[in-house]
Amino acid sequence: MDLAGILSLERSSLIKKWQEAVLDTYPADSRQFLKKERDKFSNPVGSILENELMSLFDAFLAGPDRDKMIVCLENILRLRAVQDFSPSQAVSFVFRLKSIVRERLHAKGLEIDTNGIEEDLRIFEKNIDELVLLAFDIYCRCRQKIYELRVHEVQNQVGRLLKRANLVCEIPDTEPDV
Amino acid sequence: MNFILSIVVSSLAVVILVLIPWIGVGALDLRVIFGILVPYAAMATFFVGIVVRVVDWARSPVPFRIPTTAGQQWSFPWIKSNPIDNPKGNTGVIVRMIFEVLLFRSLFRNTRLEYRRTAEGMPKVDYEWEKWLWLAALVFHYSFFVIFLRHFRFFMEPVPGFVALLESLDGFMQMGVLPLNGLGLPGVYLTDMLLMMAVTYLFLRRIYISQTRYISLPADYFPLFLILGLGLTGILMRYFIRVDITAVKQLAVGLFKFSPTVPEGIGVIFFIHLFLISVLIAYFPFSKLMHFAGVFLSPTRNLSNNSRFKRHINPWNYPVKVHTYEEYEEDFREAMIEAGIPVEKESE
Amino acid sequence: MAKVTTPKPKETANIDHSPPLMKGWMNTPAEIRPGIYCYGAKPKNLEAVGMPFPKEWNPEDENWKLPENWKEIIEEGFKDRLDRFRSFKLFMDICVRCGACADKCHFFIGSGDPKNMPVLRAELIRSVYRKKFTKGGKLLGQFAGARELTEDVLKEWWYYLYQCTECRRCSLFCPYGIDTAEITIIGRELTNLLGLNTDWIAGPAANCFRTGNHLGIQPHAYKDMLDFFVDEIEGLTGIRVDYSLNRKGAEILFVTPSGDVFADPGTYTAMGYLMLFHYLQSQGLDITWSTYASEGGNFGYFTSHEMAKRLNAKMYAEAKRLGVKFIMGGECGHMWRVLNQYMDTFNGPADFLEEPVSPITGTKFENAKSTKMIHLVEFTADLIKHNKLKLDPSRNDHLKVTFHDSCNTSRGMGFLEEPRYVIRNVCNNFYEMPPNTIREQTFCCGSGSGLNAGEDMELRMRGGLPRANAVKYVHEKHGVNMLANICAIDRAALPTLMQYWVPGVEVTGVHEMVANALVFEGETKRTTDLRGNPLAGMEEEEDV
Repeated sequence: MDLAGILSLERSSLIKKWQEAVLDTYPADSRQFLKKERDKFSNPVGSILENELMSLFDAFLAGPDRDKMIVCLENILRLRAVQDFSPSQAVSFVFRLKSIVRERLHAKGLEIDTNGIEEDLRIFEKNIDELVLLAFDIYCRCRQKIYELRVHEVQNQVGRLLKRANLVCEIPDTEPDV
Repeated sequence: MNFILSIVVSSLAVVILVLIPWIGVGALDLRVIFGILVPYAAMATFFVGIVVRVVDWARSPVPFRIPTTAGQQWSFPWIKSNPIDNPKGNTGVIVRMIFEVLLFRSLFRNTRLEYRRTAEGMPKVDYEWEKWLWLAALVFHYSFFVIFLRHFRFFMEPVPGFVALLESLDGFMQMGVLPLNGLGLPGVYLTDMLLMMAVTYLFLRRIYISQTRYISLPADYFPLFLILGLGLTGILMRYFIRVDITAVKQLAVGLFKFSPTVPEGIGVIFFIHLFLISVLIAYFPFSKLMHFAGVFLSPTRNLSNNSRFKRHINPWNYPVKVHTYEEYEEDFREAMIEAGIPVEKESE
Repeated sequence: MAKVTTPKPKETANIDHSPPLMKGWMNTPAEIRPGIYCYGAKPKNLEAVGMPFPKEWNPEDENWKLPENWKEIIEEGFKDRLDRFRSFKLFMDICVRCGACADKCHFFIGSGDPKNMPVLRAELIRSVYRKKFTKGGKLLGQFAGARELTEDVLKEWWYYLYQCTECRRCSLFCPYGIDTAEITIIGRELTNLLGLNTDWIAGPAANCFRTGNHLGIQPHAYKDMLDFFVDEIEGLTGIRVDYSLNRKGAEILFVTPSGDVFADPGTYTAMGYLMLFHYLQSQGLDITWSTYASEGGNFGYFTSHEMAKRLNAKMYAEAKRLGVKFIMGGECGHMWRVLNQYMDTFNGPADFLEEPVSPITGTKFENAKSTKMIHLVEFTADLIKHNKLKLDPSRNDHLKVTFHDSCNTSRGMGFLEEPRYVIRNVCNNFYEMPPNTIREQTFCCGSGSGLNAGEDMELRMRGGLPRANAVKYVHEKHGVNMLANICAIDRAALPTLMQYWVPGVEVTGVHEMVANALVFEGETKRTTDLRGNPLAGMEEEEDV
């Protein structure tokens, strides 16, 4: 069986491991709430992480499906960008998939050479590296968004006043040709 | 302070509290101290302590009317208001307090709908642990209360009718069929089991849920262990290490009639039980257990939401420095006049 | 060839930042992080209102420039407040740490920071209370949950007291009604004894004291802004609305948060007020705005009870000066908590005013008999009930609306049905969010109680997540594109929250939608709403 076959066979246990690894990056004393609270409105963090990691895993195996991965990563990183994580901490969960897969292969007693999955694994891990880079881009976009929002708010708070006080002179919007 | 240390410290404290009467009565035979003095001292501490605490709370005024409104306010006749969760008068407050005190309504609020789906995408309905907290709290408090009432069998002669009734209701599950020590077990009281189960649950919950584990203090474990010890000694006495009930009753009635005697022949286990309850009630006024009195005084629950139609007085209300209109106009008069805004005083 | 090996922990890039489980919270000092805290109060803003210990300081600095006797100041202030507030004293004593509140706080839910559990936020203060004021705490120290007040503890207080929006959601679930808002309010009073406010609160409070509003807008600029709205409205409807400022002898004084006048999208709500008042003029409404009492909101309330009272005093003072019969308040959250639960006690009795009666319908507002101040939304609901407004709800057909209950009006007043009644009558597409996120269980916007600054954007975004998450649900399920509310802080903070979490949802006050739907006699045919967005079915006509 090739690596893709193994991964899809082991899908749910790998996803579960990955989800747990991500939730384990939260403080020990609130982790349980994030894992156990079943109401998605009472526990948005837990439910977003859980659902999006699942979709991300599927999108990663399906191709990988870059567009879908971006959506999932955005949902996850938008969250982690406003929580107490350094940039590296925020995206490190992607790397974790490498060791989770290796651990799983190991646990199943598979050896790379005899099963001919070495090459598959190499490509798989290269793809994860790319996923990390993608995640980092998206993380930076989220942070940038935060700063944009800050600037935007400041402008909005006084913008009307500045206009009224004739302190700003904007080029009027051009009328569209009729 | 971590939770392990908290548990160790508080369980150690309870162990010591068990050892004190064990040694005191068992080895040193200080029956008068443990049978009479300690219970009296404890009761005195209990009553005086509670009065002092409540008076102390009551001495601080309630400057503002701050009920937590949990439903629609009273407004137009055509808008249905929620007279209990957002009371407009005393009747509503009384009903709200009854719900709160007798049924733990706020804890019950925790129940909620479930939306989540399983990994396969199937909708799934699950129950909530919070419901268990409400249930355990309710079972715990009511069992304790019933057990307390049942004990009047020991304090009063003749046994009041309601106690007998309670006993027969409580003991309706006559499970005592196993012949141990060649004797039939007496009827098992439901509340004994429920209390022990609830206390155990409340303890396990505290260490199982990471949030409560994080916030728990020794002061949270100690009363649980104490009550656990109290229940265990009581159960031991009733079912396994029998004591001379007649003698115990003689002691208890004596205590209540203020003519205390310590009859011979009461086992040490009884003194341990008595000592633990003495510690519990003496500890009561100094602990979080005072919540039983505090809930009645809680301003977010015992006030009606009427501050828009009935003025609430703050006894320490004092005048403050404000920025008067005159000062304001002084600052901006020119600009106001220029903008055509009416002013009190035209400028010179 | 190597076997598949299990990587060593250091190879996995799994960086664990969880605090050590065994340490316990008392021994884990707070780390003051940028993005979470608001800048410290500038000295000029404290001086302007006579608050103690003004200084330049940065919360991230080691040295907070505390006065030498700061511990005594706190201790004295603490004792004083225990004697003055039964709530405070009681809430220090009766918590059993059952954990029912733990996961009810939007900041805990969004951040996972255990010190954001309401019970722990309160324990930060209680631990010091036990050390100072209880025998057990003095005797047993940590074993009784007591700890010494140190600079680290003070910093931790400050960090977490200004991470609470005083929304009271936790108090709803507490079996003893312990209200963290009350503890936060009094805790903030204590920090203010040392000059440790945030500038986002101290600035507006100082401005409001002098100019009458948070932004420090001078009277002529205020008028200028209203004039601008009048022009805008004329452009949209062909109707030139009439309004008055500081007019003596009017029947009603209108007070609204200044945010409505100066910041989008609150400005559209303010235009809605102007249009409604003009519409009713012919039916006998006699109302005036004021530049002196040009602020409904009260950032003093986020400072101390005394500061709240000082700022609130202007409303009655202005009502008295102008000789009105009663006061009407605009759409605002904490403003209404203060008006409902504090104003009459602070600055009453308002015996120079009359019991409010709607001049249009004759309805007596018996629920405002003493404060003599009614909510604009209840006034409008009464108008609609009595068929006094000609409404065309289809003019809001381009909107799919959901309603966010503000914390203060829901849990500090119980103002739940009135806004819904108005919304249902002015628009056709209204969808509720899930039941455990609205009404008395509503989730905070994450920016209340003076936390809507810019520098704490991460805090606001994570705190607003539970609210945004519920909006996202109705956005995806029903296509909701408009989040209605009756709070100026919501109108300032929710647009940002939506842009981050649920792009495609805009934010509106209820009276903006009322004005959209309001049919004036002799108005020009409307093709757009107040924002200039084409109405449903009018997308074509716009360019003709």
